[in-house]
Amino acid sequence: MAKLTYRDAIRNTMFQEMQRDERVVVLGEDVVGGMGTAGGPEAIGGIWSTTTGFYDAFGPNRVIDTPISESAIMGAAGGLALAGKRPIAEIMFADFIGVSMDQLWNQIAKFRYMFGGKSVCPAVIRMPCGAGYNAAAQHSQMISQFVTGMPGIKVVMPTTPEDACGLMRQAIRDDDPVVFLEHKFLYGLTGEVNEDPDFCIPFGHARLARAGKDVTIVASGMMVRYAETAADDLAQDGIGCDVIDIRTTSPLDEEAILDSVEVTGRAVIVDEAPPRCSLATDLSSLIAQKAFASLKAPIEMVTPPHTPVPFARELESAYLPSPAKIAAAVRKTLDYR
Amino acid sequence: MQLNREALTRAYRQMKLIREFEERLHEEIQTGEIAGFTHLYCGQEAVAVGVCEHLTERDKIVSTHRGHGHCLAKGCDVDGMMKEIWGSQDGLCNGKGGSMHIADIDKGMLGANGIVGAGAPIAVGAALSNKIDGPDEDGKLAIALAFSGDGACNQGTTFEAMNLAVVTKAPCIFVFENNHYSEHTGVDYAVGTVQDIASRAEAFGMKVWRADGTDFFAVHDTFREVLEYVRTPGNGPAAVEFDTERFFGHFEGDPQRYRGEGELDRLRAERDCLKIFRASVTGAALLDDADLDKVDADALQAIEDAVTAARAGARPQPENVLDNVYISY
Repeated sequence: MAKLTYRDAIRNTMFQEMQRDERVVVLGEDVVGGMGTAGGPEAIGGIWSTTTGFYDAFGPNRVIDTPISESAIMGAAGGLALAGKRPIAEIMFADFIGVSMDQLWNQIAKFRYMFGGKSVCPAVIRMPCGAGYNAAAQHSQMISQFVTGMPGIKVVMPTTPEDACGLMRQAIRDDDPVVFLEHKFLYGLTGEVNEDPDFCIPFGHARLARAGKDVTIVASGMMVRYAETAADDLAQDGIGCDVIDIRTTSPLDEEAILDSVEVTGRAVIVDEAPPRCSLATDLSSLIAQKAFASLKAPIEMVTPPHTPVPFARELESAYLPSPAKIAAAVRKTLDYR
Repeated sequence: MQLNREALTRAYRQMKLIREFEERLHEEIQTGEIAGFTHLYCGQEAVAVGVCEHLTERDKIVSTHRGHGHCLAKGCDVDGMMKEIWGSQDGLCNGKGGSMHIADIDKGMLGANGIVGAGAPIAVGAALSNKIDGPDEDGKLAIALAFSGDGACNQGTTFEAMNLAVVTKAPCIFVFENNHYSEHTGVDYAVGTVQDIASRAEAFGMKVWRADGTDFFAVHDTFREVLEYVRTPGNGPAAVEFDTERFFGHFEGDPQRYRGEGELDRLRAERDCLKIFRASVTGAALLDDADLDKVDADALQAIEDAVTAARAGARPQPENVLDNVYISY
C-alpha cells in the first residue's frame, strides 16, 4: 500500500499502463503544455498535473498535445481506438463535452452496435468535473446524466484514491469506451492505494462506504464524501446509514442498492447534477420499481436545483448538496408519518 | 495512363459495380422493400475507385452518408453490403447499421457515417495510429483518409480535424468530393470560398491538389501524387478536391426541385465518369468495347446475385436488439 493523492493515483496508473502497453496513448489540450512556447514542452504538464512527465517519458507520438478542438480530440480518440490503440483523451473540463458531443454520442458510443459487433473501441475519455471552485456555469458541471444515458458508454466516478487507481486501470484495459469522471475537488484527497500493478476494480460493483441499518444513502463522486460526513454526524445521534458509493453509473450495481433498501426501507439519493432526468431520478425510479414493498418512507433526493451552477460563493454553496442537506433528508425519511 | 489491361479492367469493374449497385437500389427503394434512408453515389464512382485502387488494407478510410461507393471500392463484400441494406442478420453489420453505417474494420473501412462532417476527426485518429506504428520496410507510412462532401467542408469538425492533422503531422488525406450540392443547397451559396474547397485546406497549412472527379485517370494520377506525399514520414496531411456530379437526389425520394432544366440529362450525357472512361480507353485502344461489355454484364449479374442473396438472408430476431452494445457489461 502507498499513500497517494487522488490526482497521483490517476497519474501513476496511466503512467504504469503506458509503460506496460505501448498501445496506450494520451491526448488532449495541454496534456504536455508549453508546446510552441519559450518555456517548451512540459512547461505545464497538464493543467491538472495528471500527465506531468509523460511527454519526456513517452514522446510526442504517444503523448499528443492537441489544439483547443474538443470535437477533434474526441473523434481522434475514436479513430485511434478503432485502429487498434488504447487512447486516453482528456477533455479539460467535463463542461466542454458539449463541443465534442457528436463524436462521443453518435460515434464512439455507437461504433460497435452500428457495425454489428465488428469493431472494438477501447477509448477512455477523462473528464474532470464538478463544482466547488466558484468556476461558474461552464466550468463546474456534473455531466453524469448525459453520459449515463448513452448506450455503449461505460461511466466511472471514482471517489477515493484507491478507487481512482483501480477503476482507471480497469478503464484502460477495458475493451469498451469509458467516460472517466474525475471530480476536481477530489484531486487533493489522500488515501491508501493498492500498489499491485494489476490492481483493477471491476465495473458494476458498488462500495459500501459506511454501514448502518436505518437509512440507505446512495451517492457518487464527491457526493460520497458529503454523504460520509452526514452519516458520521448522524451516527452521533444513533442513526445508522448505509452509504453506497456506486462507483460506476453504467454499468450500475442495482443489487447493492436494492439489498440495502430492503433492510433500511428508507432511501436518500445524492446527486451533483440538476434534478430532472438525472442519476437521482433514475435511482429513485429503480428503488420505487424494485424495492417498493420495502419502502417505509418516500425516497428523498438531495440535488442542486434546476438551475445552472452559479458563481458567487454564497450561491454555489446554496446550489450544491452538503452534509447538512443530506442529514436533513435522512431525518425527513425517519420522521415520515 | 500507366495502367495495364488488368488494372484498367479492374478499375472499370469496380466503378461499374458501384453504378449497378446504386441503380438497382434506386429501383428497389421505390417498391418499399428497403427500409430507411438511402443516399446514392451514382456519378461519383471515379473518385472512390480512383482513390481506393491505390490503397492497401493497412490504409484506413472513413466515409459519409453517401458511402456505398467508398465501401465497395475499399473491398467490402457486395453480398454483405446488400444484405445489410436489406436489414438482414447476415449483413455486414448484422442489420444494425443499414445504408448509412456500413463498416468493415478488417478491410480498413472504418464506417460510413450518418453525421455530415463527423468522419474527418476519426480519420485523423486513425492516421495518428499509423504515425505511431511508423513506416514500413520501404519507409512508407500507412495513411488514413476521410471522404467528405462539399457539405461536410462547412462543418467545424472538418476544420478542427484539418488543423489537428497539420499540427500533429498525421498521415491523413482529406478527400473532398464537390458534387455541387450539400443536400438541397448549391455550393455557390453554401461554400463561402466560392466553389473552392481545396483553398480552405491550403489555408490550414497543408498541400492540396485539385482534379476533375469525372475523369478516372485524372483522379488516379492525382491521387498517386497525394498518396506518395502523405506516405512520406514527416510530411503530414494533404487534401484533394475532386469536381464531381451526383446523378440522384440527396436521398432517395428527393424530388430534386433545385435542379436546372435538363441538368440531369446533361450530366448523364456529358459528365458520366463511366462513359468518359469507356471513351478514353477505347479511343486509346487499351480496352475494346467487347471487353467492357463483358464487365458490364458481369457487374449486372453480381448485383442480381446480391439482391437474390439479400432477399434470402436471415432476418434478425427481436432478441438481437440487445447484441453488441458492449463487449462486456
